[in-house]
Amino acid sequence: MKVLVPIKRVIDYNVKIRVKPDGSGVDLDNVKMSMNPFDEIAIEAALQLKEAGKVDEVVIATIGVEKSQDVLRTGLAMGADRAILVQVEGEVEPLGIAKVLAKIVGDEEPGFVILGKQAIDDDASQTGQMLSALLGWGQATFASALQLEEGYVRVTQEVDAGLQTIDVALPAIVTVDLRLNTPRYATLPNVMKAKRKPLEVITPADFGVDTSPRNTVLETYEPPARAGGITVQNVDELVEKLKNQAGVI
Amino acid sequence: MTDRDLPSRESMDVDVVIIGGGPAGLSAAIRLKQLANDKGADLSVIVLEKAAEVGGHILSGAVIDPVALDALIPDWKAKGAPLETQVSSDSFTYLTKNGGFAIPQFLLPPLFKNHGNYIASLGNICAWLGEQAEAMGIDIFPGFAATEILYNQDGSVKGVATGDMGVAEDASHKPEYAAGMELHAKYTLIGEGARGSLSKLLIKKFGLDEACDPQKYGIGIKEIWEIDPDLHRLGHVEHTFGWPLSNDTGGGGFVYHAANNQVFVGFVVHLNYANPHLSPFDEMQRYKTHPRVSKLLKGAKRIAYGARAMTSGGWQSIPQLAFPGGALMGCSAGFMNLPRIKGSHNAMWSGMKTAEVIFTALEAGQKNDRIDSLDAHVLKGEIEQDLKKVRNAKPLMSNFGTLLGTAMSGVDLWTNSLFKFSFFGTLKHKKPDHAYLEKADISPVIPYPKPDGKLTFDRSSSLFLANLAHEEDQPIHLHLRDADVPIAKNLVDFDEPAQRYCPAGVYEIVTGEDGAQKLRINAANCVHCKTCDIKDPAQNIDWVCPQGGSGPNYQGM
Repeated sequence: MKVLVPIKRVIDYNVKIRVKPDGSGVDLDNVKMSMNPFDEIAIEAALQLKEAGKVDEVVIATIGVEKSQDVLRTGLAMGADRAILVQVEGEVEPLGIAKVLAKIVGDEEPGFVILGKQAIDDDASQTGQMLSALLGWGQATFASALQLEEGYVRVTQEVDAGLQTIDVALPAIVTVDLRLNTPRYATLPNVMKAKRKPLEVITPADFGVDTSPRNTVLETYEPPARAGGITVQNVDELVEKLKNQAGVI
Repeated sequence: MTDRDLPSRESMDVDVVIIGGGPAGLSAAIRLKQLANDKGADLSVIVLEKAAEVGGHILSGAVIDPVALDALIPDWKAKGAPLETQVSSDSFTYLTKNGGFAIPQFLLPPLFKNHGNYIASLGNICAWLGEQAEAMGIDIFPGFAATEILYNQDGSVKGVATGDMGVAEDASHKPEYAAGMELHAKYTLIGEGARGSLSKLLIKKFGLDEACDPQKYGIGIKEIWEIDPDLHRLGHVEHTFGWPLSNDTGGGGFVYHAANNQVFVGFVVHLNYANPHLSPFDEMQRYKTHPRVSKLLKGAKRIAYGARAMTSGGWQSIPQLAFPGGALMGCSAGFMNLPRIKGSHNAMWSGMKTAEVIFTALEAGQKNDRIDSLDAHVLKGEIEQDLKKVRNAKPLMSNFGTLLGTAMSGVDLWTNSLFKFSFFGTLKHKKPDHAYLEKADISPVIPYPKPDGKLTFDRSSSLFLANLAHEEDQPIHLHLRDADVPIAKNLVDFDEPAQRYCPAGVYEIVTGEDGAQKLRINAANCVHCKTCDIKDPAQNIDWVCPQGGSGPNYQGM
């Protein structure tokens, strides 16, 4: 069985996000970019299934600018077999991404798709779900444990009340959560080997998909600085402040 | 270090392995490949860089003299090198507490002038050089730290090994453990920057510094601010000396007006300071309260912070460069021009010239030998012309204090520039920096003001802007040779100066539950500046490379 792992290039999690002075967006100039950490977990999960003999091929794909090749090379160095870059300029919204991915699924015919539950830049958490709808496949989101069985995938997800385990018939979409695994390092010998692994570059036009944005960003601004707290003497004063000053009760 | 009872490591043979993707290492790689391409020769060059990406650990002022870049990549403008802001005006000012007086331009020796230089981020330039190098087929591997030197039977350097990854703090292997890799090379070139960890081992093993003066260092602390466009003067450069440092402590401040309404504000303290109560971090904070600086930063926003040690010994402190199997380059040797406050041009020259010698040797079929002609080829010409005439500036300031020393070195720079002559001959650096500290009880405590959170800050809120990455569960990379020294000696004699010279709050004296004081090492705070390795009075700290990709992620520094 083949597995498709869609990944995203995002601002590195160590970098402090900065809004451009003119408020037109987040400053990306000379900023360190790397693979969305949840997608690393998805690749690791796919590689573990391959090592267990349940999967034959791990294909990774991303929709992004030319430099997104870097995160694909990282995925190849972790152990993915080949990579696809759908090259675009500028921002693509989750729906556009999901439409392109649906086309890739049509071409590649993977047994299932596994991806991060969300990207740490926009935190939208939509792509996996939209892809599921577009394909008409079942979905299991926020996986913290994963078992691939004959004809179905058993997924444990974290829900408000605790853990919930569901079986989803294949083919399916699985989005993964933080606690599923710890991704392996891309070691130096594997980084070297990854330079020679196949990386195909195509464009959305090759699929006839329009990825132009549907939303318009009006303004981007930083959250207001947190105002200092106050100390109250007793519960009555607390209730009074919450009611009259904070206006929350 | 070579007795490893671990799974065997993979190894690979290459022609040249270069440690450090800074100006020296990348220039060497590019020059090697240029020479190979000219001759149609096949040459494998690998660059290892400990930062997660090229330029991520680079911190420099920076006013850049493009002279070496002109020689390496003459069409750098067309290729989009990030040097865009030409210096438009220049000032050199002696600061008093609330004022100061500018040294008239006609008194300044010609080498002080910054006409034709650029205000730029050396980190961005390195990232760009890295792209140029990769386009030429040079393999650059960021995120991989060379942690071990490998030797041949005959004692020559065989190459390096990268560090293991996924090792826990107690040295056990985590599930994601991955062994390092050996890179065997005909020549190993070291461009780690000031006080590199492998450079230190090589200098000691091969006695490379036996014939030179001790290396001298400074610590530079830099912040990037986004300021009111009305106060911004694109291309303006200000250097200051004097306040807040006392006359017996060397150093000074800078304010560079860079693109995008940014100013680069920085402060350098020479590490031969004597008062153990001095804190370079707090001097930097205090510097910003001077009216000349604070008026610029009013209502402005600080967007980046970092620190790095730099060399300042100059001509007298250059060690032997060549060793069997390779050479030191850039500030691993120490090519900083202190009065010009510039070194990256010399780092690039040293990389390019080292590459020329190495390429000739490779063509002649040599390998793993010491190339006796290397030192002369690298130093002769541009580097000598740049460094020799300023050789007395630092010793004069150390011996006569900032005011008189600066005046005397001004005269010396004029006589050297005009007549290639010095009244002083060549003055020596007497002692290494760590030997200058005086006892804490006879040194005045410096009352540093409390940070206000707007103009001045504490260490932890500053570190937030260094984008630190550090896998917490890994062995501490700051090795104490003797674990008792910090409390038994340093605390008693010097009030443990590591608490203050470290710009990242790595070293803390804490009182344990048993009431006993002990040194806590917050290794994850480390910004890789190397100051502890230099300034510890007992020379008890060895800075070694943590897991690759650890440390700051500087953006545009």
